[in-house]
Amino acid sequence: MSKKASFKKTIFLTTMVLPGAIWFFLLRYLPMAGIILAFKNYKVYPKNPTFWNNLTHSEWSGIKNFKFLFATTDSWTYIRNTIGYNALWIVLGLVIAVAFAIMLNEITHKFVAKTYQTLMFFPYFLSWVVASYFLLAFLDPTRGLIDHFLVNHGMNKIDWYNTPKYWPFILTICNLWKNIGYSSILYLAAITGIDTSQYEAAAIDGASKWQQIWYVTIPNLRPMICILLIMNVGKIFNADFGLFYTVPLDSGSLYSATMVIDTYIYQVMTATSNIGMSTAGGLLQNAVGFVCIVIANKIVKKIDEDSSLF
Amino acid sequence: MKRKRKVNSISIPAEIACHVVLILFCLLCIVPFIFVVIISITSQDSIRAIGYSFFPKEISMEAYSYVLKLGDQLWRSYFNSFLVTVLGTFLTMLMTILYAYALYRKDFRFRGFFTFWAFFTMLFGGGLAPTYVVCKTVLGLSNSYAAIIVPMLLNPFNIIVMRTFFHSSIPEELIDAAAIDGAGEYKTLFKIIIPISKPGIATVGLLSALAYWNEWFIPMLYVRDAKYYPLQYLLMQMQTKVDFLVKNSSMIGAEASNIISTLPSDALRMALVVLIVVPIACGYPFFQRYIVSGLTIGSVKG
Repeated sequence: MSKKASFKKTIFLTTMVLPGAIWFFLLRYLPMAGIILAFKNYKVYPKNPTFWNNLTHSEWSGIKNFKFLFATTDSWTYIRNTIGYNALWIVLGLVIAVAFAIMLNEITHKFVAKTYQTLMFFPYFLSWVVASYFLLAFLDPTRGLIDHFLVNHGMNKIDWYNTPKYWPFILTICNLWKNIGYSSILYLAAITGIDTSQYEAAAIDGASKWQQIWYVTIPNLRPMICILLIMNVGKIFNADFGLFYTVPLDSGSLYSATMVIDTYIYQVMTATSNIGMSTAGGLLQNAVGFVCIVIANKIVKKIDEDSSLF
Repeated sequence: MKRKRKVNSISIPAEIACHVVLILFCLLCIVPFIFVVIISITSQDSIRAIGYSFFPKEISMEAYSYVLKLGDQLWRSYFNSFLVTVLGTFLTMLMTILYAYALYRKDFRFRGFFTFWAFFTMLFGGGLAPTYVVCKTVLGLSNSYAAIIVPMLLNPFNIIVMRTFFHSSIPEELIDAAAIDGAGEYKTLFKIIIPISKPGIATVGLLSALAYWNEWFIPMLYVRDAKYYPLQYLLMQMQTKVDFLVKNSSMIGAEASNIISTLPSDALRMALVVLIVVPIACGYPFFQRYIVSGLTIGSVKG
């Protein structure tokens, strides 16, 4: 190919990526530069409040913003909640999704299995706002199904939206409700990809169904389990904002059970407009996530060389 | 053959147990929606008497007639949601296809750089606050449709799905052949590649359409003016302020307060939920297949 033609090709292909590349620059890389805000006492410069002026006229504050993150009375609550829920849901999500995928695969009538799959996947497509109304239909203090049932049967009604002790269970159910369908389908796709001759060989050797699941299915799923696990561990300090913000209706009396770092950062940013501190929170999330991903990857690599992510 | 399958399938009690577990979970997934549909057609008297119930005393379409009556804000939000979804999805698809196609081309000189440029953002980012500040002050995104569409235009995940799809379904000889025939790069992409990549495009299109339709967080950050509220955000506002619709309708004074006092507020909120979910529920059986293929590609290769 001539030099001119090759030059022309480069130009044209570059114009193709350009809109996207500019978007990434403006909406992803520019905010990365904004991380400096974590080390500044962000103030709006009143004379000419452009981003640049605000940035340069704000004073340096060292690591004060980070100190505040750990010094408030809420610190322990949101750290415990974020990591606790994530750890629990990683384990539960993995076990239940793999179990469902195996069940779906074992069902003899493929049409029935397909129907189950379709129904299970449905909540994944709904927003948390919609889900919060679904839950409200059951838990509403005056009209809700459950409280009416309790009253009709001579029991005291429960003020769900003001009683934190129920919310770890409710949030867990909501999270599984929305996400299990999706991860079971991922695992099911991996199971259907397993070479059937492995099962036949195992069956001829006299392996029972349980043994086949344990010695054929699970080992075949291992790479996928490891990858999803590493990615989820990387997100251990990130919470699903919608779940924790809209589903408990942002009820203040539930914060001890529902406050996570994402909702905390949002609150700091909107209620007190402390940009520096919420930036510091975001940076902390990123840093913790990065370290966790590297450690998880190392551990997986130690156990099984091929299943690690990088 | 038949006998072997029988030998190698689970016992009947085990299969029944599987069915029971899965049916219970499926019910959990679908019953809340059915319940909300029932509430939306329950009369306010029945709700007052026996609360939300699967077996209401009286059926009434009252809530939906109020939806029609209180139209203004609601139709506006419905329109906003549709506009944002259609426009946003179109732009997302266009930009994703262009970007992914260039990354797919092995002979693209800056392929390595731009691949890194996109995928690095999956590992590291500025976080909520700096992104918000940049969008507000540098890009001036507030109170407009652009403020809802622009922040979610691109997603490295979609680029991975699209690029993987190109890799698995388009032979490189095809591009060489087009080049020899003298077709330009854009002509090759739009006339040859796109027509044969429909399933991949459908996947990305559906994923982003769902994302736009379901978005409420970005409007919450960038939109103050009720004129631009999409449905999801309107619904969220109504968690706390049921009379929001009346306040934002053209009715004033006595007429408005009259309506507020008779408003079937519980059923009305649920009717709105139904109106949001119905487009998804109707399309869902048809698009499910594409989404599944897209999500499995994206998460395995990503």
